[in-house]
Amino acid sequence: MNDSVDSIRVRPARAGEREPAAKMRADKLSAWFGSKQALREITLPIVERKVTAVIGPSGCGKSTFIRCLNRMHEVVGGARTTGDVVLDGKSIYGPEVDPVRVRRRVGMVFQKPNPFPTMSVRDNVLAGLRLSGIDPPDPDALIEEVLGQAALWDEVKDALHSPGGALSGGQQQRLCIARCLALEPEVVLMDEPCSSLDPVATAKIEELIHELRDRYTIVVVTHSMQQAARVSDYTAFFYLGALVEYDLADVIFTKPSDPRTEDYITGRFG
Amino acid sequence: MTPEMERAYIGRKFIDRAAMLASSLAVALALLPLIALLAYVVSHGVRAFSASFFLEPIGARGAGMANAIVGTVELVLLASAMALPLGIAAGLYLAEYRSTGLARAVRFAVDIHAGVPSIVVGVVVYAVVVVRMKQFSAFAGAISLAIVMLPLVTRTTDALARTVPDSLREAALALGAPRWRTAIFVVLPTASAGIRSGCLLAVARACGETAPLLFTAYNNRFFNESLADPTSTLQVQIFTYTMTPNADWHAQAWAAALVLVAIVVVLNVAARLLVAERS
Repeated sequence: MNDSVDSIRVRPARAGEREPAAKMRADKLSAWFGSKQALREITLPIVERKVTAVIGPSGCGKSTFIRCLNRMHEVVGGARTTGDVVLDGKSIYGPEVDPVRVRRRVGMVFQKPNPFPTMSVRDNVLAGLRLSGIDPPDPDALIEEVLGQAALWDEVKDALHSPGGALSGGQQQRLCIARCLALEPEVVLMDEPCSSLDPVATAKIEELIHELRDRYTIVVVTHSMQQAARVSDYTAFFYLGALVEYDLADVIFTKPSDPRTEDYITGRFG
Repeated sequence: MTPEMERAYIGRKFIDRAAMLASSLAVALALLPLIALLAYVVSHGVRAFSASFFLEPIGARGAGMANAIVGTVELVLLASAMALPLGIAAGLYLAEYRSTGLARAVRFAVDIHAGVPSIVVGVVVYAVVVVRMKQFSAFAGAISLAIVMLPLVTRTTDALARTVPDSLREAALALGAPRWRTAIFVVLPTASAGIRSGCLLAVARACGETAPLLFTAYNNRFFNESLADPTSTLQVQIFTYTMTPNADWHAQAWAAALVLVAIVVVLNVAARLLVAERS
């Protein structure tokens, strides 16, 4: 396990690329639910405009970890954190930081698609802005743009006024991604975004993650090692609330250095 | 099957039938008062219906109840304007901050409030409002009705807002919405059908309340000139007429009762329809 942020080596994802920049860093981040510790001193960089996958067995703290990256962890009663998370060099846990502003920069997509049932597809896309009290100057252009980015525009362009809950599960999840993108976040956190979807919808979301990484920094929590291998540039393996190993996805999935990582990715436990 | 099992089986079947019969009877008995009440009120009330009943005030020749009908509507509207926004806001608070100490204390207080006899509410409003204004008034009556409605609205809103899944709250919070916007623009609309029907039931309850009005709105033989005047209501007028020996006034009281029951039934049916529309 690594002791400080700087001791983690961040290698370029592809040969010839420069040393990648970290958009976010967790520094000795610990998290609790009441007296139960869910994360133990996680130190981990999140590389800019790359996909970082967080894998590990159920209960290993991977969802808790990404919820700490946009201060959603503390929304649950009795939840607290120690350590720090840095975004663009500045702590997001500083006393003067408003969690509302952090969440606008670090968006989140949840495990279960959760479009607002009382709103139309169109209003769902605009919900983030409206809930922040912002009236977009050209809503129609914005809607077309972000639904396009979420690969949903062609499927819903004639149904923008139907309720968001009327779409299929996979479409709902892409709607939630579009809703998140409408706020122009810098980082997008995805908490097992495909776990309630069928294989076809899963493939679409994975493809989407691939396309989005040119514009956004993405962190994906996933149960599926195949998915992590397919979509991620960097992979972190969590076990029992601690970070076991972090490296390029290729390295993690071909020659992991920790025996626990190897056992997990070869399916010996989990 | 052994003969013992056979006997036990027959015994169970008998008990099953008997229990079914007993509970059906209980249902019929429970419905009997309601049906009798409706039948009695309708049969007696319809006889006194006439154009003047709806058009003339109590104090005029040919006496109707127009001022009492207007008074009931006026008081209930005024009370709703006070109790509904306050109750919905308080209920939302209870649901959104459900685990705080304040929320628990308030919820407990609201439960006690709901159990306070409405005559007590009337007496207190008399002491606090009527005595100070030195006058019975529509305003004082509306305050009493609002106090009776408030716990009903608060608890309904609380209960229904809590049925809104947390995943929607989290969705809004993760989009950078402050808590208050999440409550008003996500939780409230999602629970709105149920909350509206709960509000209608509270309004229906206020329509029927008499005790809080006896010494607040009091009564008036004519249309009131302002909200600061004593005001007639169907409820209190029924009470007043019933206490007289005059057969004509008894008939009027029946008609007034029918109007009141009709208002309550309409509001209840509307509340049902709202819930049905949601599901």
